[in-house]
Amino acid sequence: MTKEEIVDRYFLEHRAKVLDIAAFLDRIDRAEENASDFRIEALLSCIKELHSGKEGRTQRILDLLSDQTKEPIDHAGMKGASGAVPPTS
Amino acid sequence: MVSRTTDDYQRMAQAGCVAITEPAFWAGFDRSSAQGFSDYFRQLTDTEPKRAATYGISHHCWLCINSKESEDVGFAREVISIIPDFIDCDNVLGIGEIGLNKNSKNELIILEEQLALAQRMNQLVLVHTPHLEDKLKGTNLIMDAIDNTSLDPSRVLIDHVEEHTVRAVLDRGFWAGMTLYPDSKCTPQRAADIIEMHGTDRLWINSAGDWGPSDPLAVPKCRVELASRGHSQALINTISYDNPLSFLSQSGKFSVK
Repeated sequence: MTKEEIVDRYFLEHRAKVLDIAAFLDRIDRAEENASDFRIEALLSCIKELHSGKEGRTQRILDLLSDQTKEPIDHAGMKGASGAVPPTS
Repeated sequence: MVSRTTDDYQRMAQAGCVAITEPAFWAGFDRSSAQGFSDYFRQLTDTEPKRAATYGISHHCWLCINSKESEDVGFAREVISIIPDFIDCDNVLGIGEIGLNKNSKNELIILEEQLALAQRMNQLVLVHTPHLEDKLKGTNLIMDAIDNTSLDPSRVLIDHVEEHTVRAVLDRGFWAGMTLYPDSKCTPQRAADIIEMHGTDRLWINSAGDWGPSDPLAVPKCRVELASRGHSQALINTISYDNPLSFLSQSGKFSVK
């Protein structure tokens, strides 16, 4: 596909996704609590990566959201994953 | 598919699905006894093949204790001890989906013991890699654990690869699976991107049909995505039929009628 064909085909879908992110952040701003959340901090870092202008954004964003330690943890305290690396990891 | 209704088998058949492989996985809750797994394995080896056959779909499965229920090593070993009772069933392709969830030491112990079981019983291996932030680290720990065995990487499928793990999995000689999900893991669009970037050698796509948000029709949707980008029917068949057939046929039990 040419660049123009890619944009023609996918632009509206991703325009909607950007608006979803903006609305999500606005929703958080309207909430009463002001405490920061590591997941939102991580999301904002990912958004910065979108501006890098270099191919490979998806992999770099996944790396930003990944636990970069190497050793197994002592115990699995929970089953789920949060999507970003908690501050204690 | 123990988590899905019969309607899903019907819709999959209508979309061209001819065979499925169902891994033993977490049911959304921890089972209270090894006997619970015995019943589950009976469901996978007896009940589900009959349900799928109603719609002309060949049903195959994998057996194991999943990583989410592996933190209790004693319990996990009890479950592992009953796997040999079912391993010779006609539709069992191997050990899976084994792997890691939170990358804990106990999960790793049970992974290693199930890899040893696969080695002893000359079984194919299906690997589950962890979710989200745990995937990168877990995938590397799993590949290191397999490298410490004599298992042939060409008889191991490492599933749920994404952009940050696919290259390492392929470079180390394993097969790589992209599990397609509506939101988490790989979408059909991103899977098509990965195929364009990494080719089709030892890479294939599969639909998630679990109890969470998932879409058993994700494979046909990815086929449509690839076709709409102008990819050949040969490439589409390679990634969704020929490659799975090549890998799974190593079991000696996989068949498509």
